Amino acid sequence: MDVSAIKEQFPILNQEVNGHPLVYLDSSATSQKPVSVIEAVNNYYREDNSNVHRGVHTLGTRATDKYEGAREKVRGFIHAESTAEIIFSRGTTTAINTVASSYARANLTAGDEIVITPMEHHSNIIPWQQAAKATGATLKYIPLQADGTITLEDVRATVTDNTKIVAVTHVSNVLGTVNPIKEIAKIAHENGAVILVDGAQGAPHIKVDVTDLDCDFYTFSGHKMCGPTGIGVLYGKREHLENMEPVEFGGEMIDFVNLYDSTWKELPWKFEGGTPIIAGAIGLGAAIDFLLEVGQDNILEHEQKLADYAMEQLRTIDGMTIYGPEKRAGLVTFNLDDVHPHDTATVLDSFGIAVRAGHHCAQPLMKWLEVSATARASFYLYNTNEDIDSLVDGLLKTKEYFGNGFK
Amino acid sequence: MALNNLDTLYRQVIMDHYKNPKNRGNIDGDAMTIDMNNPTCGDRIQLQMQVEDGIVKDAKFDGEGCSISMSSASMMTQAIKGKKVEDAVKMSHAFSDMMLGKDIDTEEFDLEDIEALQGVSKFPARIKCATLAWKAMEKGVNED
Ligand SMILES: Cc1ncc(COP(=O)(O)O)c(C=O)c1O
Repeated sequence: MDVSAIKEQFPILNQEVNGHPLVYLDSSATSQKPVSVIEAVNNYYREDNSNVHRGVHTLGTRATDKYEGAREKVRGFIHAESTAEIIFSRGTTTAINTVASSYARANLTAGDEIVITPMEHHSNIIPWQQAAKATGATLKYIPLQADGTITLEDVRATVTDNTKIVAVTHVSNVLGTVNPIKEIAKIAHENGAVILVDGAQGAPHIKVDVTDLDCDFYTFSGHKMCGPTGIGVLYGKREHLENMEPVEFGGEMIDFVNLYDSTWKELPWKFEGGTPIIAGAIGLGAAIDFLLEVGQDNILEHEQKLADYAMEQLRTIDGMTIYGPEKRAGLVTFNLDDVHPHDTATVLDSFGIAVRAGHHCAQPLMKWLEVSATARASFYLYNTNEDIDSLVDGLLKTKEYFGNGFK
Repeated sequence: MALNNLDTLYRQVIMDHYKNPKNRGNIDGDAMTIDMNNPTCGDRIQLQMQVEDGIVKDAKFDGEGCSISMSSASMMTQAIKGKKVEDAVKMSHAFSDMMLGKDIDTEEFDLEDIEALQGVSKFPARIKCATLAWKAMEKGVNED
């Protein structure tokens, strides 16, 4: 994989920030976009823009073909059986909320259980808290090991006959933990439960085969995988989606509308009320083309090397704490002794290095780590070992700066 | 040195308040308690104030956060102690103006150490850190 050639396809990376070449280490928050994606969105607006699924004119047909073509690309990307199972949404958050509002409200009653983990992003916690409150179901957590992983024994011990939904993240956005989804899905099914996977940090980095994983729902966001913001995907097994009520009602999603009653379109459109995210979907399709061309295996291998190198280099810094397991996805969450992560991030920014600092939308996990905030460097296909060297250099300067009392 | 632009943000006085905060802890006895956090980054503060006859008799804080939020809390509690509530609120407004980069009347407000936080206005991402304690104080006196 030729990283410098890849990097050239990301115009935003070719700039100086605060007088230094930009080192972008915040792809877990959102990834940068290659020219092909920017152009796909641009060309759509320049040449094809029109509403979809309505009207007879040529632009309408072109827009519809591109929009539905993007759905087919997503289907292939995650190896779903049918495009009926691919619902475009605003992102992971909206996708999870759709399942929590529709499936969960219809299928849970008092005494039932929803099982999640303490490493979830807020968007895979709060929808379940709300669903539990609305239905009288109980929310349960699979405990974490000291290194921030979960064991299948604990999954088995937590998931019971009363469990109706298991919702877990594919990859933790803080710890980098990669969860054994296929095995967890099996345990969920043995107990008669369905499994929803938060794939926000999975799909951008790991080959996803929803049929092989046998997950009931898989959710992800386009903006973390080189696509535009505002587009994401809810994959659901057809048998579930068929039985679920839509959560948004209006145009696009209807079959017949009478004065007092209406019927819904078939899948997937019954879940896509209103004018859909046409440009976003087309941009996501281009992002999928881009990732497939580079090769998902190549990307993963590259990220793995970056993560290993980053761990090795960061460990050489005195007073460095790294959170999460040894075997991890392409991100490192850390703290420097006696320097608050906001301060670390501000100093790094003055050297053009972008990292995330804060609670990473995972307050329960921060509590478990016994910290109020952390810093995080996350990697993608355009990052290099030199980026990590810059990070280490910046961190040494941060330490010096704070250690000497800003002198 | 490249760190120079940082020096407008991180001043020695800030470091002193961060490392050795004033008024950190709890007030014994009757006091109003305000909890406030910055949900985007996780900084949190618990501010306690004793107000008698419209005067801030005592103020203490506890919490977790970066050098900017914690030093600002230290300076704020120091500044409002002994002040009339209305003057404390005026000062808070002046502080907000300072964060927006506006000139403020240093004759009217004896800012002392607080002036060291002026550089925060050049770092938009950090302004909320600096204003957290002041917002907590305003919330407290408004609810009182
Ligand atoms: C693990 C995880 N889940 C969910 C989300 C939410 O994604 P979005 O904000 O795109 O809906 C994120 C994004 O930060 C994430 O990292």
